[in-house]
Amino acid sequence: MTQPIIQMKGVVKSFGCFQALHGVDLSVTEGEIVVIIGPSGSGKSTLIRCINQLEEHNGGDIVVDGIAVGKGRRRAAQAEVGMVFQSFNLFPHMTVLRNVALGPVRVRNLSWAEAETRAKRLLARVGLEDHIAKYPGQLSGGQQQRVGIARALAMEPKVLLFDEPTSALDPEMVGEVLDVMQQLAKTGVTMVVVTHEMGFARKVADRVVFMDGGRIVEEGRPDEIFNAPRDPRLRSFLQAVLSH
Amino acid sequence: MSIFDTFLNWKVFVQTLPLLLSGLTTTLTLGVTAIILGFVGGLALALVRLYASPPFRQLSIAYIDVFRSIPILVLLVVIYYALPFVGLRLSPFGAAASALSLVSAAYSAEIFRAGIEAVPKGQFEAAYALGLSPWRLMGDVVLPQALKIVIPPITSNSINVMKDTALASVVAMPDLLKQATQAQALAANPTPLISAAFIYILILLPLVRLVGVFEKRLAGRGR
Repeated sequence: MTQPIIQMKGVVKSFGCFQALHGVDLSVTEGEIVVIIGPSGSGKSTLIRCINQLEEHNGGDIVVDGIAVGKGRRRAAQAEVGMVFQSFNLFPHMTVLRNVALGPVRVRNLSWAEAETRAKRLLARVGLEDHIAKYPGQLSGGQQQRVGIARALAMEPKVLLFDEPTSALDPEMVGEVLDVMQQLAKTGVTMVVVTHEMGFARKVADRVVFMDGGRIVEEGRPDEIFNAPRDPRLRSFLQAVLSH
Repeated sequence: MSIFDTFLNWKVFVQTLPLLLSGLTTTLTLGVTAIILGFVGGLALALVRLYASPPFRQLSIAYIDVFRSIPILVLLVVIYYALPFVGLRLSPFGAAASALSLVSAAYSAEIFRAGIEAVPKGQFEAAYALGLSPWRLMGDVVLPQALKIVIPPITSNSINVMKDTALASVVAMPDLLKQATQAQALAANPTPLISAAFIYILILLPLVRLVGVFEKRLAGRGR
């Protein structure tokens, strides 16, 4: 068995008096594609935001690549974990190329020339080689999200987190982003994906995790989760999302 | 005597113009100095107020509140006439520049704070997620966007600073207003005062218009 790259034990997170995570255990091995599904408010996003410490957990342990993250150990994990956001969060005042090159220059100490070479290669990989000089505002949502993916990849992270990457997209653009993600999954990069795209989960995931009410209710291979769900909550969730 | 002889006397105007222009130079030097110091000080105060540890944050808030409450004229008189009693004697320019910068910094700080807070939370998150240091996050991501947002109010504040330079005539600084009153006494004619008023308008009106243009452009971009 390969080394777990993310190990979460009894992770608890509350926002004021609302408890978003009730002691979650999850470990992800290197190269694994984990897809987290569940109804809104089930704690999926909070869970992955704890991995790169955009949210500080209140209890339990999170170890990323051998480093225990938490209070004061925020940046240690952040550079090793890439994140793709639901609302892209590209830097609007920088060109596409600069968006992708910034992290490697500022955090990995590459020169601008080196970083831009890397950025061009990654932008070509997501099919945007013709748009490198544009600003994010000039791109469609799907293109922006592909820049977001290239930006995360440019840091050569050990883990890539996707927080509902297609939820803010017009339907006709969902496919191009999912295609890029599927390509990526084949390259052996470790991915943790929160999504409502059940087709993607079924096709690409090594493991599907179903969350509800701040807990992991059920997890397993995609065929187990989609064809033989055991928990009644998972069954009704799948019925609701797959019946259309 | 016609109105032209009294208020718009060409001969008096030509005679006193060199004096007025020397006053204008002083006014502009004072204004620009105070604007720059206020800008830098305001940015520092805003960052301390937003991100420093609690005691420093409280100090910054106290500073901003106090210097927004005190009339500039009062502060100027205190600096120029009261501080010498504790051995701190400033030149008229020093006193005026200090008073104007201290107050402008307080106002600028609130403008910068609003600008920084107007940058979407996702921008901070994306910068953190890349592992950028807090300084890089500010310098590369947040401030460039915040500065764009604050251009209209900062320009507006700069206009106020420029106007308030006229208060410096109280501490005998040879600024535009002071030179104009001097010239009026010499020429026994109010034309220099009228001229000074026009010069103020001539310099500040374009800036006032500019604020309007900036605001429209910012609103036009939708974000």
